[in-house]
Amino acid sequence: MNIIPFESGLMLAGILFMLGLISVLIRRNIIFMLISVEVMLNAAGLAFIVAGSRWAQPDGQVMFIFILTMAAAEVSVGLALILQIYHQLKTLDTDAANKMKG
Amino acid sequence: MNLLWLIPALPFFGGLLLVIFGSRFTKGISGAIGAGSVGLAALITLIVGYDFLSSGQDFYRHVAWNWFSVGDLSTSFAFYLDRLSLVFIFVITFVGFLIHIYSIGFMAHDEGFTRFFAYLNLFVCSMLILVLSDNLILLYLGWEGVGLCSYLLIGFWYEEEKNGYAARKAFITTRVGDTAMAAGLFILFWTLGTLNIQEILTKAPEVWAAGSAMVVLVGFLLLGGAVGKSAQLPLQTWLPDAMAGPSPVSALIHAATMVTAGVYLIARMHVIYELAPLAQLWVGIIGAVTLLIAGCSALTQFDLKRVLAYSTISQIGYMFLALGVGAWSAAIFHFMIHAFFKALLFLAAGAVIEALHHEHDMFKMGGLRKKMPAVFWTFLIGAGSLAALPFITAGFYSKDQILWYAFAGEKGNVWFFLAAIVGAFVTAIYTFRMVFVTFFGTEKTHISHPPGKLMTWPLLILAVLSLFGGFIELPHTLGHVTVFSDLLSPVLPETLLREGTESSEWGVQIAAMILGLFGVYLAYLFFIRKPQMTDELQSATRELHQFWYRGWDFDALYNVLFVRPFVFISTINKNDVIDKFYTMLVDLSTFFNKLFAQTQSGILRWYVMGIVGGAILIITITLITKT
Repeated sequence: MNIIPFESGLMLAGILFMLGLISVLIRRNIIFMLISVEVMLNAAGLAFIVAGSRWAQPDGQVMFIFILTMAAAEVSVGLALILQIYHQLKTLDTDAANKMKG
Repeated sequence: MNLLWLIPALPFFGGLLLVIFGSRFTKGISGAIGAGSVGLAALITLIVGYDFLSSGQDFYRHVAWNWFSVGDLSTSFAFYLDRLSLVFIFVITFVGFLIHIYSIGFMAHDEGFTRFFAYLNLFVCSMLILVLSDNLILLYLGWEGVGLCSYLLIGFWYEEEKNGYAARKAFITTRVGDTAMAAGLFILFWTLGTLNIQEILTKAPEVWAAGSAMVVLVGFLLLGGAVGKSAQLPLQTWLPDAMAGPSPVSALIHAATMVTAGVYLIARMHVIYELAPLAQLWVGIIGAVTLLIAGCSALTQFDLKRVLAYSTISQIGYMFLALGVGAWSAAIFHFMIHAFFKALLFLAAGAVIEALHHEHDMFKMGGLRKKMPAVFWTFLIGAGSLAALPFITAGFYSKDQILWYAFAGEKGNVWFFLAAIVGAFVTAIYTFRMVFVTFFGTEKTHISHPPGKLMTWPLLILAVLSLFGGFIELPHTLGHVTVFSDLLSPVLPETLLREGTESSEWGVQIAAMILGLFGVYLAYLFFIRKPQMTDELQSATRELHQFWYRGWDFDALYNVLFVRPFVFISTINKNDVIDKFYTMLVDLSTFFNKLFAQTQSGILRWYVMGIVGGAILIITITLITKT
């Protein structure tokens, strides 16, 4: 069986993370920002899996399950907040939610 | 004797009761509690005193409880009764009781009736603690307690600004002396390791050689405390202003008891002063100078109570002079007689002032002899005692003793004697000036109502004491009765006479008598026979008159020496230098707050950018430091 090299896996995780980060930074729609955060989380998870298989340790997979759980919780809270923002501001543009600026 | 603790406790609980429930009591109940508690204390003083003297013990010590123990210092709330403190508690409770009775009449229409009695009871309690205390710390508690009550009572009519000012002046000036005294206590504890009075008195001669620098220093520091409390030079300026308080307060605190606390302190610590002849000499010098200065000022005052205030300063000067020449029992004797006649004079003056709608100026009084005969006769007796009219008044015997020891005592000298006898002459003049101007001549202000029974009776009793109190101690030449000095002889050492002076006792007495009577005659001449001479003299010596009237300009001097520089320094340092550092801290944090508040833009992506930037920064730093 052809083993995918360790470096390629990490590279993929890095590219995914950067993509997620860039879209968080440039998107104004808050739902897309949330999706991008998910992408970043999965990139981190992928890095854990790759590292776990490289050193033949189960810890990486354990961490991935943690991340999945956390992501689910985070999405539920995040979506609830987005609903509230939409109710209040009638828009999903994050730049409109600047009521608390110093 | 087991009842000893009740003597200070009764006025204390009386005062406490009045403070807590005072607002619910009627004036009758407040007065009964106030006067009653002191009256009971006086009664117990009699019982305890009789018990004590008949038991023949030297002292009786009662430990109420252990106050505190710190390191080597263990201080008890302990009362120590010996013959010296017995004399003091007798005077405090009895004169105090009479003044309380008088106050019921005097303050009858005052709003702050209950408050007045609460303060007065607290004062009596503090004063009793002062004279009964077994150690100097408890004495200091009483010392500050009477200072506080004095402050509260001088400023009793606090609605008027000048009364509050007088109260603060009294408090701050005496505090100067108290600081010196506290320093003296520290040195005593530092060198002797105890503050128990009797232990100090026994240890001091063992530890210190006579005249050593340390004991002289202690003597001077304690003298500083005494000078502040007893309104002697140079801290005498507060007492004339303290007359802003009600008259009974002046009688009790600023004549009979509190101002003599300094005399008590020095008499109590007499061993220290015998070890420090220099300090004792200065006690005498301060007394002599003070009695002259205050006497001259009393000559020029218009305010009836201010005359009495200066005369109090002057009479306490006599006591200091007596202490200075080692005539311990003579000083205490004069204290007792002075308490009688000066309380009497203040109370009588209070009655006059109240009857004349709070008119203080003597020269607006006049002709009161017929209108207020009881007050006139008692005032005359008090004045006679103050002026030391020969043979019949108590003041003659007590002052004569001081004059005699100032001349013939082992530590006496001609200068002390001259000061004392000139002082006696001046005393006679200003005393009878007061009598003639107030009670003789034409009536200038109509009196509203004569004083009631509650006010007259204390006057009569004090008048009797001022007349006959002196017969318990008569000089060699006139019967030689020594009840009083025998009473004190176990506590205070006897006064030794210089060689070859014994024969001159008659001479001293006759000189004192003649000068005293001549003073009275002069006052008669100036204020009854030829009043125009007074005006001529006054205009001829205008500068001097004004100078004395202002109390030798001590107030102005202190104003220039202390008040002005202090005000000046506080003006230039209005924005405290030390504060600069703290305001700088505040300014700095405000600055950074403004700066960082700018970054809180409310745009989510900026925050994300911040987090990313921060994360990159931390990772970079970690990587760099790892390698």
